[in-house]
Amino acid sequence: MRLYEPRGWALGLETAAAWLLGLLWILPLVYAVWTAFHPPEFSAKFVLGAPLTLENFRRAWEAAPFARYFLNSFMLVTMVLAAQFLLCTLAAYSFARYEFRGKEIVFLLVLVQLMIMPDVLIVENYRTMARLGVLDSIPAVGLPYFASAFGIFLLRQAFKTVPRELDEAARVEGAGPLTVLWRVYVPLAKPIYLAYGLVSVSHHWNNFLWPLIVTNSVTSRPVTVGLQVFSSGDQGIDWSVITAATLLTSAPLLLGFLLFQRQFVQSFMRAGIR
Amino acid sequence: MKPLHGWLLLLPAVALLALFTHWPIVATVWDSFFATPKGGRPAPFVGLENYAVMVADEVFWKSLWNNLWFALGTIPISIALALAMALWVNSAMRGRTWLRMAFFTPTILPMIAVANIWIFFYTPQYGLLEQITGLFGVSGRNWLGSESTALACVMVVAIWKEAGFFMIFYLAALQQIPPSLAEAAAIEGAPRGYYLRRVVLPLLMPTTLFVMVNAVINAVRMVDHIVVMTRGGPNNATSLLLYHVYQVGFVFWDTGYAAALTVVLLVVLGCVAIGQFVFLDRKVHYQ
Repeated sequence: MRLYEPRGWALGLETAAAWLLGLLWILPLVYAVWTAFHPPEFSAKFVLGAPLTLENFRRAWEAAPFARYFLNSFMLVTMVLAAQFLLCTLAAYSFARYEFRGKEIVFLLVLVQLMIMPDVLIVENYRTMARLGVLDSIPAVGLPYFASAFGIFLLRQAFKTVPRELDEAARVEGAGPLTVLWRVYVPLAKPIYLAYGLVSVSHHWNNFLWPLIVTNSVTSRPVTVGLQVFSSGDQGIDWSVITAATLLTSAPLLLGFLLFQRQFVQSFMRAGIR
Repeated sequence: MKPLHGWLLLLPAVALLALFTHWPIVATVWDSFFATPKGGRPAPFVGLENYAVMVADEVFWKSLWNNLWFALGTIPISIALALAMALWVNSAMRGRTWLRMAFFTPTILPMIAVANIWIFFYTPQYGLLEQITGLFGVSGRNWLGSESTALACVMVVAIWKEAGFFMIFYLAALQQIPPSLAEAAAIEGAPRGYYLRRVVLPLLMPTTLFVMVNAVINAVRMVDHIVVMTRGGPNNATSLLLYHVYQVGFVFWDTGYAAALTVVLLVVLGCVAIGQFVFLDRKVHYQ
């Protein structure tokens, strides 16, 4: 591409357009930061010398049991990630290295979930949770996502690139299939695990509709659902507190993103290629 | 490599997939022929009655049209923006690291959180949009509160959220184009526009189609910001299909009818899947 970079006035024009779009894209976040760190009277007035304050964060923190919500979200994300790593690894290994009748059909059945995600099947999945008697619990929020077609697909692709000689050498040494999986395949697929892990964590930290439906108490709600109390205030909206709460909710991912920006983007790139 | 081991390895994942994907699909279709169970009694079979209700349900038609406009409005714009973003960020432009971060940040933020901020932008009287349009002497609009603008407003949020995500796929594809192609084109004396149109765009076709499939799926399931920003209003102007399912199923607790509505979503997603398998895979030239 280096040969076909824009030049001269085209370069100037495109740079200006790109910067304008970039500014527009970051504007909501800039606004949130401005409002959250300034007293309420400056929430819609942008004066350069406005005093800074952390008061909004204190009030947001006190307006909802955020500590509990964070703990819930943290447990949810960890649980989902652990289950996905385990289940997807096993399934991907089977798809990549075993031959048995009906494998193609089962694989197609797995891929169905790429199109029809649990987010769409809320009515029926709610009913299943009710039958299992796990409504309003953190496992209920995570369960439908434990077996992930995306994860299975991604890891299968990664495992397929592992040279069979490595596999066979380990077997000659007397290692069983699970040992080979753990000692040969998993270490070689580390970057894929990282990529998938980041995608999964951000997806489940941000998920909203299903947790909203399946939880109704403080002990199981993740932060996204907890945040909702702020937007449904009829007693007048306090933008300073809302933006502070918004930043609190997004903080873990945002901090991770700012620190590991390059890895984050690259892992999304890697996870996106099919 | 015993086949039995293969099955055993698959078992946990496939069992959960069956429980939370395949079974619900079948059960949804099945339940759509039954009324909503009340009390302890089992639901009576009502045949196509739920579907008859659907045909007469104005909110359903409204949601269907809204969803169609939502898809038609958000998908092309976010894909075009994503492509432009990727080309910029992939070039040696000044500040491209900053730009990449700016474009991608909306992707990792919770939709529900940023929806709160967008509400402020659209607030009547003192919201940001009002302040800006006020400078030009046009003001007094209730952006989210009027039927004519509400859907467009939530579409803008969706585009803002998605473009940066799709950019990543284009960026990955751009980096895989061999530099020799640009050299060959330059030797032939092809101008930049021609190179982009005739070399880069065709090579990006598989990515475009992949992104399009994802965009359609997202257009069906992206409702977080509707729940927070408009609750489907005003007068159902921003009600999308999945939001209608949520309303019917979990606000009115009419699960039988909600199942019938879900079937519509399943049909849409099924068509996308079939389209991808039958049509797209054949038309696209993979490198």
